[in-house]
Amino acid sequence: MTEVDVSWSALLPLLLLSSTSVLVLLADLFLRGPSRAPLAWLGLVGLAATAASAISLWDVETTTLVGSFIVDRYGLFFVVLFCGATAVTLLMSMSFLEQTEIRTGDYYSLVLFSSVGMLLMAMAADLLVVFIGLEIMSVAAYALAGMQRSRSQSTEAALKYFLMGAFASGFLLFGIALLYGATGSTNLLTIAAVIEGKSVADDVLLAGGLGLLLVGFGFKIAAVPFHLWTPDVYEGSPTSVTAFMAVGVKAAAFAAFARIFLDVFGEPTPAWQGLLWVLAVLTMTVGNVTAVVQSNVKRMLAYSSIAHAGYLLVGVVVGGDAGGSALLFYIAAYAVMTLGAFAVLVAAGKADEPAETLDDLAGLGFRHPLLGLAMAVFMLSLAGIPPLVGFVGKLYLFSAAVNEGFIWLTVIGVLNSVVSVYYYAGVIVRMYMTAAPVDAVALPRRPAVALALVLTVVATIAAGVVPSALLQLAQASFTGLG
Amino acid sequence: MPLLTLITFTPLVAALLVALIPRGASRAHGQAAFALSLVPFALSLLMLANFDAANTGFQMVEQASWIPEFGVSYRVGVDGISLFLVLLTTFLVPIVLLAGIGDVHKNTKEYNILMLLMQTGMIGALVATDLLLFYVFWEVMLIPMYFLVGVWGGERRIYAAVKLLLYTMVGSLLMLVAVLYLVWMHQQATGELTFDLARLYEVAAPLGTQRWLFAAFALAFAIKVPMFPLHTWLPDAHTEAPTGGSVILAGVLLKMGTYGFLRFAIPLFPQAAMEAMPIIAGLATVGIVYGALVCMIQPDMKRLIAYSSVSHLGFVMLGMAALNVEGVQGSLYQMLGHGLSTGALFLAVGVIYERRHTRLIAEFGGLWKQMPIYGGIFMVVMLSSVGLPGLNGFVGEFLILLGAFDTYPIAAVIAVSGVVLAAVYLLWMYQRVMLGPLDNPKNENLQDLSAREISVFAPLVVMMFVMGLYPQPFLSRMEPTVEAYLANLQAKLAVVRAVDGTSEAGDAFIEAATQAQGAPAARD
Repeated sequence: MTEVDVSWSALLPLLLLSSTSVLVLLADLFLRGPSRAPLAWLGLVGLAATAASAISLWDVETTTLVGSFIVDRYGLFFVVLFCGATAVTLLMSMSFLEQTEIRTGDYYSLVLFSSVGMLLMAMAADLLVVFIGLEIMSVAAYALAGMQRSRSQSTEAALKYFLMGAFASGFLLFGIALLYGATGSTNLLTIAAVIEGKSVADDVLLAGGLGLLLVGFGFKIAAVPFHLWTPDVYEGSPTSVTAFMAVGVKAAAFAAFARIFLDVFGEPTPAWQGLLWVLAVLTMTVGNVTAVVQSNVKRMLAYSSIAHAGYLLVGVVVGGDAGGSALLFYIAAYAVMTLGAFAVLVAAGKADEPAETLDDLAGLGFRHPLLGLAMAVFMLSLAGIPPLVGFVGKLYLFSAAVNEGFIWLTVIGVLNSVVSVYYYAGVIVRMYMTAAPVDAVALPRRPAVALALVLTVVATIAAGVVPSALLQLAQASFTGLG
Repeated sequence: MPLLTLITFTPLVAALLVALIPRGASRAHGQAAFALSLVPFALSLLMLANFDAANTGFQMVEQASWIPEFGVSYRVGVDGISLFLVLLTTFLVPIVLLAGIGDVHKNTKEYNILMLLMQTGMIGALVATDLLLFYVFWEVMLIPMYFLVGVWGGERRIYAAVKLLLYTMVGSLLMLVAVLYLVWMHQQATGELTFDLARLYEVAAPLGTQRWLFAAFALAFAIKVPMFPLHTWLPDAHTEAPTGGSVILAGVLLKMGTYGFLRFAIPLFPQAAMEAMPIIAGLATVGIVYGALVCMIQPDMKRLIAYSSVSHLGFVMLGMAALNVEGVQGSLYQMLGHGLSTGALFLAVGVIYERRHTRLIAEFGGLWKQMPIYGGIFMVVMLSSVGLPGLNGFVGEFLILLGAFDTYPIAAVIAVSGVVLAAVYLLWMYQRVMLGPLDNPKNENLQDLSAREISVFAPLVVMMFVMGLYPQPFLSRMEPTVEAYLANLQAKLAVVRAVDGTSEAGDAFIEAATQAQGAPAARD
């Protein structure tokens, strides 16, 4: 047995976040009264501490636990992103749970446990740690999807998500096994060293392992044709959980996916690149075209999230520093505007009836001007209209693609954007250009989700008008990789 | 003083101020917006005073770093081409806001905010000399128009708004790809990543590439103009838009298309543009005649004016395609003239729509008896659109035809019929609405123009006479820039021809660039 090296300071973000999760679970037992909101505040404090500890490690680059856990800027970028996304999720959950019968405190601890899994995936330097992270994240998310027990769709979502997730885990694990067979290790750095100079195509085990890994991650990022579970699960899950899945789970899967495919396996072969090219085009096209006909906003956002996974895959296809940092920027941009869009749904819900459909948003723009304005900002940003963050993200991705000679991919990408303008504008049409229903009532004040909205709106506009800081951050985080 | 920045962003500040006024005070929004919109107008007069006609480059240039990671800077400047278009914008917006005080009844706060936001977008697009900055402003001006049509429009407003949005987005996003490609080519050749227009003018792309890039730019701008056969969004948007939206759409937004050709598409890709000019002249001529013919059968006044825009913008494109001093100057002059006269026509229709809630020609007749002041103003406006000598429309059309006769004599001859047809459809409309017996009882109690409405039309009518009788101050400020512009264009084409006598000159450029990078030009 080798001596296990433990660098406590490198593990600090992980330790802080997991102890917060446990603390929240325990605190639930001592909490009197019906409100579980204090648990969320406790979680927020823990997330802030985790993010702070991650930022304090910014200049550190090290591995620990026998090289299975890595601290680098790439991982830390995602850790901070997950902390932010989880914090916004907690804020909107506080307002959302009031609209449902979910009164249990384990909701909050499950969200936090799930984010622990995400953190592990971003900082994993070993395929098995990636897998463990993925399972921690997913199991918690399965439970969260089924939290709204009075709605049969919620139960259906949980079951569907679990079954599909189990399949995906199987593929992933099989892929890991094949890679182990091919290289003799599950450690990413060792694998990278072993395959250095080797052609992936010549080695059946290696190619098979990579292919299975792609399928496994394809499920998690909801790439076409592995996306079929997404609409039902996103529609059925509680809105705040859907937001968490659309942003957190997807970003975590991309974190591990991009680390493996862009860093460990380095320069891709033409065939492999061609495969990803097709995957990207299929994903964005199917996502966008199907989103057009949706009348349920959650379902529409599910297809939109598939489409955005397609744009993100463009970053993987392009590869290199430009493609990688564009990918990071786009994930951050996507996270902010998607969380915001779901937060508007939470804020627009009636007392016992969460908002879900386009009809629920009718006339919102003039009844609640600020809420309508926020949604309009998110929709325009998702559609890629300047000067909002979604535009800068697309600009970055597509200019990276053009620079590497992927002209047709870019043309398909922008034509997809035009399609997406149609359905994002459809939300604006409902909010501003159709009358409110006659029985429309004023919405109750919901300070927690209002705070989430302020944060996301400000970020969407600020990072769109002055994107330099975030661009530099994305570049520094990706260039630090490998 | 950062004059251009102030002109661009004072409307944005004004929009924020209007946002502070509570929703209940409905007239206050319009009044405040109108008063505040006089600030950029005053500033733009100062810009006119500071303008040096002899200087053919960009003037009052300002530059600041914006997104250095992308090579994007905040760069603005004005020259003889954009000068009067900026003035047209700052002139029309207060008029529209003044008209809106009486015409807009619901959600006045949002209406005025959007108008002011759109003004920032329009002026920004006109003064931007950085391609990405231009693109940002180009989109910023589109979104408020989408809302104006969709929220304050007529019955089919949603259809019209979405159509406007999608048509424009298809063009502009493909243009964005072309911009990215152009910037990449420049970076390959010089190692410098920049969206600076002046630097990108220097890129000499091979003809094959130029054709693609020009096509992408031309598509975006041709949709905006709109050129036949891409014009179908315009009649819908115009018909459904509220009066103010129609005025700005016809007055300024359409000019962005023609301006885009002049500023970007032609000088960036001169060879491809030269090749395409006969096609553009042909389509412009078709548009002139087709638009005019369709006008004749329109029962709805707004739709009629919308199609007359297709016809008039055809003239603008024809003059530009001639690429000589008369043609281009006439084209610029017609942009201004069309902005005034069509804007005023939409306002005139808005006046009776406001009173009767219909725009059908058949509903009216003999209004002169009831509204003589209105009748007089409407007549001047209508005649200016017809192109009567002494009014603004004549000067532009005359110069355009003069220029076009030189380059495309057949097209010019056909285009003349557009002038004749314009007289037919406009005079006929006027006759059916204003003259004859007042036989519809619903029109018997119509009120003539109020003092506010007269003050809406007064500056427009005055400017129509000024531009018609004394074009010299305008033309003299455009001429040096236009001459230099055409000389530059000729010089660029000459260089290309001199290099190897064929049109493949740029190939050496791109080959060198590709080798330097060691990257394949296109992987997919």
